Amino acid sequence: MGNLIELLLASILNHNIALVYILGMCPLIAISTNVKNAKGMGLAVVFVVTITGIINWPIYALLKSTGTTNLSLLVFIITIAATVQFLEMFLERFIPKLYNAFGIFLPLITVNCVVLAVSLFFVNREYSFAETAVFSFGSAVGWMLAIILVAGIREKMKKQSDVPRGLAGKGIVFIILGILALAFIGFTGIANI
Amino acid sequence: MRWIRIKYTKWYNILKDGISKNNPIVVAVLGICSALAVTNRVENAIAMGLGVTFVVMASSMMVSLIRNFIPPKVRMVTYMVIISTFVILFQMFLEAYFPSIAKALGAYVGLIITNCIVMGRSEAFAAKNPVKYSIIDGFASGMGYMLVLVLVASVREVLAFGTFLNMNVTPDSWVNWTVMAMAPGGFFVLGLFIWGIRELIKHYETA
Repeated sequence: MGNLIELLLASILNHNIALVYILGMCPLIAISTNVKNAKGMGLAVVFVVTITGIINWPIYALLKSTGTTNLSLLVFIITIAATVQFLEMFLERFIPKLYNAFGIFLPLITVNCVVLAVSLFFVNREYSFAETAVFSFGSAVGWMLAIILVAGIREKMKKQSDVPRGLAGKGIVFIILGILALAFIGFTGIANI
Repeated sequence: MRWIRIKYTKWYNILKDGISKNNPIVVAVLGICSALAVTNRVENAIAMGLGVTFVVMASSMMVSLIRNFIPPKVRMVTYMVIISTFVILFQMFLEAYFPSIAKALGAYVGLIITNCIVMGRSEAFAAKNPVKYSIIDGFASGMGYMLVLVLVASVREVLAFGTFLNMNVTPDSWVNWTVMAMAPGGFFVLGLFIWGIRELIKHYETA
């Protein structure tokens, strides 16, 4: 149990998937213009990443038992696309409120590398099922934390700061991310994976 | 005379756009994850750049070949399957011939699939254009990507390890900037790099 809590903390803070492993940057940069959208995208990612992590683990076990792990990439990406599609239809039919809240973010998630990365990481690190579930959830929460932080800073900056022309827009996001990543290095040693 | 005429041919313009005017990283800000994660050493950056170039070219060609047979509703999934096939090929090639680079790149090779550049070129160009132009377009995007990767990696490797392609290039008194090998270094270098290039080509965003 203690092991799982440590893994959760590590995947949110000092092994943050956005600021330490640098994954999921395209949506992070594109959608972090205001906090409201960032929150929507973040929640959708938490939802999808946790579910696909849990689904991909038994599928990988099946591939391993038949000796076809070479195909894992292809299978993972199809699982992810299918899960996203299914979730979209399911939510639209049964929980329309949540569906409306996620809006356009749900289909965009198929190309968010966090989803695929989580599946590839649990393969590389040989996690058990419980560890995979916790790690998927933690990584996604870490990503959401990062996008909301960036969006908050960008919102404030838009009103108050004078950014050089060449850096305006997407360029300045890298500088913000760099400073945030420096801050997250401060968490080193809190928990280990 | 011939060189002057080349300037007006279609393939020359596609090539030029991919590398400079529509450079996937600097102007469109796509494919950042791998651009930052693998650029702490120049050799990794070259391997990644070549991998992406190969995957973009091959999948653009395939998409362009079958573009008239793909039903619009399932086109994304079709692209995904085509792209992941080529990524698996590249991964197996690396593991067989360059095991040390394959190990250094790790999961990031698989993540070429979700590199927006590949998907973006399939959707924006290959799905509408004939095969030969799609291949050139894929090559240009891949090269533009690799150019930025190698430049960023050179800065980071020299500062972080005092080496360039594993050769020592700094004096003995050099103190390594460890932070350059980690995520923040990548963010700063790429941010400043984008700034510089955008000033050069006069591409500004209205924020």
